[in-house]
Amino acid sequence: MHPAPSVIVFTVASGLGFGLLAFLGLGWPVPAPGLPAFLHWGLGYLLAAGGLVASTFHLGHPERAWRAFSQWRSSWLSREGVAAVAALVLLAPTALSDWLDLGLTRLPGQAGAVLAALTVLATSMIYTQLSSVPRWHHWSTPPVFLGFALAGGALLAGRTWVALPALVGLGLLLAWVFADGETRFARAGQTTGTATGLGRIGRTRVLEQPHSGPNYLMREMIHIVGRRHARKLQALSLVLAAALPAAIVALVLAGVLPALAGLALAGVLHMAGALAQRWLFFAQAEHVVGLYYGKR
Amino acid sequence: MTSLPAATSRRLGLAIDLDTCVGCQACVTACKGWNDRAEGHVGGLGDADPYGAEPSGAFLNRVHAYQVEPEAGPPQTVTFPRSCLHCENAPCVTVCPTGASYKRAEDGIVLVNEAACIGCGLCAWACPYGAREMDPTARVMRKCTLCIDRIYNETLPEEDRIPACVRTCPTGARHFGDFADPDSAVSRLAAERGGYDLMPDLGTRPTNKYLPPRPKDRPAEVAPLAPLLDIRAEGIAGWLDRILSRL
Ligand code: SF4
Ligand code: SF4
Ligand code: SF4
Repeated sequence: MHPAPSVIVFTVASGLGFGLLAFLGLGWPVPAPGLPAFLHWGLGYLLAAGGLVASTFHLGHPERAWRAFSQWRSSWLSREGVAAVAALVLLAPTALSDWLDLGLTRLPGQAGAVLAALTVLATSMIYTQLSSVPRWHHWSTPPVFLGFALAGGALLAGRTWVALPALVGLGLLLAWVFADGETRFARAGQTTGTATGLGRIGRTRVLEQPHSGPNYLMREMIHIVGRRHARKLQALSLVLAAALPAAIVALVLAGVLPALAGLALAGVLHMAGALAQRWLFFAQAEHVVGLYYGKR
Repeated sequence: MTSLPAATSRRLGLAIDLDTCVGCQACVTACKGWNDRAEGHVGGLGDADPYGAEPSGAFLNRVHAYQVEPEAGPPQTVTFPRSCLHCENAPCVTVCPTGASYKRAEDGIVLVNEAACIGCGLCAWACPYGAREMDPTARVMRKCTLCIDRIYNETLPEEDRIPACVRTCPTGARHFGDFADPDSAVSRLAAERGGYDLMPDLGTRPTNKYLPPRPKDRPAEVAPLAPLLDIRAEGIAGWLDRILSRL
């Protein structure tokens, strides 16, 4: 699939933002009133809402985006939008209360934390539901998205004891998903023979393309990443998203590194790794339509 | 509404005969022509850079060409038209966040309401068959309408109330009809010729059926010119031949 920058930035930023907001909504931590609360909550809102805005950049008609809230009964994309807005609204009283020291109940914040988690789940389901993309159509896709939100959110929330196991778990999960993903297309069992049904006669291959230039389908669904290139990026994303941040958090826990500087560095590295992982998530995903073109 | 109807009273679709199709691309052109009219249901099928160096436009129907190599016998060329299959369990419909994509309960046709489409492209991702293309100029999703503005169009002469691609096909490889009626021409064709679904494992339950190429006649056991290889010379020529071959 074509790795569109707006979708990559959106899924990384909003996953991280909703992760952080979930921790803050639960009151874990409750930031000190005034500037600290403003900055902490502000970072969460900036990432989550900024991601949502970025997601409208790839729309053909962003002015109609409000219509996307209407089909929550059937569409995961619609559910994602509804959950995201509901989470941002529900979290607002708790954020204001923390900032201005109003002492309001945390109940809306806690409800907002649940909705923040559901938003990330809905994002992941947009991809998981597509049987046309076997690499995504797998139970491991929601855990990857939720794992990023948990690990990244814990890092930004300064919850070192959550961040360390979450980062380690995320790294292991990613390593397995990278390896398992290689064979998912083949395991789905679709070939040019099943796509055309001509496999019942014999081995089927493309003789001539239906059009001389690339079309929307080819630009959007067929993206070929070199194997060596992919290996390097996979290693890079594992090191940046999981291994290095985990090591830094361990050093913070051991008292070797100062907490704020250490967590900030770990957060930046983690985000860079998440961007690399998300680029691969799209670029490596093969759509079955490529079978009609003899490419994937 | 992007929920699918529980059942549709009719199931309109195409039976596409891969035995008859010669890959002339007439249906591709007829479809483009019919649907590129501003007054039509689709209302235009945009082209980017149409007369420039890299033209690229939206089409609702594409014709591929494949080489099929059977276990025994020579390879065959099969030309293969590909357009929306109007799936019963259409994944392109349920993913749509705006309700722009829908499946009609009365005849099973899958359509896009252009005015509600935000151009997010998710429906094109969900379709395994590549039947949806984004309009590069209108920036909304386009797909085959089964020529809804012909098949119900009473201003057209009776014989034109079929899809443009079916009407134009010079070999009659595309057949239009109701698959819910077991006695319709398309249902009988599909039953007689072993009409099949594309990628049935994906659970989309396509309405359109593909009729497989008929088995090719066996190449003759003996080539027609084979007797000529075994000519024995007679008479003087035979005597010369015998003498010469002894030398
Ligand atoms: S062929 Fe594709 S666009 Fe047409 S109904 Fe089936 S899934 Fe939808
Ligand atoms: S591109 Fe249009 S029709 Fe397709 S899913 Fe998005 S809003 Fe629906
Ligand atoms: S039925 Fe109409 S819209 Fe569909 S492929 Fe044929 S000509 Fe095009």
